[in-house]
Amino acid sequence: MLDRVAESQWDEPQLRTLVPAVIGVLVRRGAEFAAAEDAVQDALVEAVRVWPDAPPRDPQGWLITVAWRRYLDAVRSESSRRHREVRVEAEPEPAPGEAADDTLRLYFLCAHPSLTPASAVALTLRAVGGLTTRQIAHAYLVPEATMAQRISRAKRTISEVRLTEPGDVTTVLRVLYLVFNEGHSGDIDLAAEAIRLTRQLAAGIEDDEVAGLLALMLLHHARRPARTGTDGRLVPLAEQDRSLWDTRLIAEGVEVLQNALAHDRLGEFQAQAAIAALHADAQTVEDTDWVQIVEWYDELVRLTDSPVARLNRAVAVGEADGPRAGLAALSELNPGLPRYTAAAAYLHERAGDRAMAARLYAQAAAVATNLPERDHLTRRAAQLNAQLRDAL
Amino acid sequence: MAKYLLLKHYRGAPAPVNNVPMDQWEPDEVSAHIQFMRDFADRLEESGEFVDAQALVPEGTWVRYDGEGRPPVTDGPFAETKDLIAGWMVIDVESYDRALELAGQLSAAPGAGGLPIHEWLEVRPFYGEPPSTTD
Repeated sequence: MLDRVAESQWDEPQLRTLVPAVIGVLVRRGAEFAAAEDAVQDALVEAVRVWPDAPPRDPQGWLITVAWRRYLDAVRSESSRRHREVRVEAEPEPAPGEAADDTLRLYFLCAHPSLTPASAVALTLRAVGGLTTRQIAHAYLVPEATMAQRISRAKRTISEVRLTEPGDVTTVLRVLYLVFNEGHSGDIDLAAEAIRLTRQLAAGIEDDEVAGLLALMLLHHARRPARTGTDGRLVPLAEQDRSLWDTRLIAEGVEVLQNALAHDRLGEFQAQAAIAALHADAQTVEDTDWVQIVEWYDELVRLTDSPVARLNRAVAVGEADGPRAGLAALSELNPGLPRYTAAAAYLHERAGDRAMAARLYAQAAAVATNLPERDHLTRRAAQLNAQLRDAL
Repeated sequence: MAKYLLLKHYRGAPAPVNNVPMDQWEPDEVSAHIQFMRDFADRLEESGEFVDAQALVPEGTWVRYDGEGRPPVTDGPFAETKDLIAGWMVIDVESYDRALELAGQLSAAPGAGGLPIHEWLEVRPFYGEPPSTTD
């Protein structure tokens, strides 16, 4: 009876953790990826229906058995594939230690360079994350039929791919980073899901940039409770209530990062995580070590040559060496860069030029690409204009 | 039930009564306005009348076909375009009168001085489905 209670506690997120291993077993037995993935989704639906009343002793074994049966049914129903059926039924069981490799192979397959970023994201969430098409569609605010089509096209694209050599882990990281940055809408928290998938990847592969990305996600996620006010408004880093930061996540992020940095193989995610760690380390905004942050931005610019990194560096220079120095650094950049005007507004405000800052904040609001940012910039403009009126 | 589009314009609608640019409002008034919009959508969701709400960036591009094998022609954005849509809300309501009532409430969103903006909103009915029973 106790057994039964314990086992019936498998909830949906836990169930999903089994998905990549189960797909891996089916593929190893000779199933095509696309068919294996469909069969596992069917088995999941079945599990959600059956497990509450009849929890299995070995959940993963149960899923493998049911998915394999579904797969064989599907294959048998297609007479043209009969020859393949004979071959796959003769395939030996995988050795237990191969499960981790199976999962890794799945990450590489789902982030294959032949896929568009949107397709790679959708396929990763379904095949590695075990989310249903409906959940993914809901998270990305598109109709379910659209997402189903995107996923099946992605599966067709990679159906010819044979992973004979190890994939490029940077493509996997890019996909996970995209998932993380999508934040969360609907009942699926994409940021948390991205962390789970990156954590799982980090457990299966020795790579300092995987660790760097995991650290970056943990450190940013730690600040999330402070990033939005009760009324939904955006709270900038300098104004956040730091007691709301999740110190457990920060500690974990810092530890993961330090282990990676110790190997002395720096990459862009480690550099970004280092900047996030320096912010996390400051008890108050005044304690922030801006000089070190600028040094890390220098590294980031060296590694990526990214204009966005240069823009953020200019803002950090404004904190380290004063707003005039920040404006000088900014003046070397292309004014068409996203957030250029917002950065200029901020630096002019720091320099005490409130009229200029108010004008720039209003301009920045007009070109903002999301509503929370637009509202924040509008509010800033309004605040400065109110101060200017009061000063008259 | 019938669907209506409540259309909000950056430009092209008659001037609202309380017509002050948002960055000239008191900061509290900006917050009150944003809160009003959120609450309004929430209320419609609760009443079962909400379908969709979207806001558009104030700049767009005109595009047209330019013949086989040629890239499309783009033009604009035009600062002088008379009509510029800012966003919309789609509602599914019992009657035309209810659509007008809701549009009126939305137009009362608070602005400068905490007073209603009296913004002009365009109410556009959707084409419906043909009835299954026609005798």
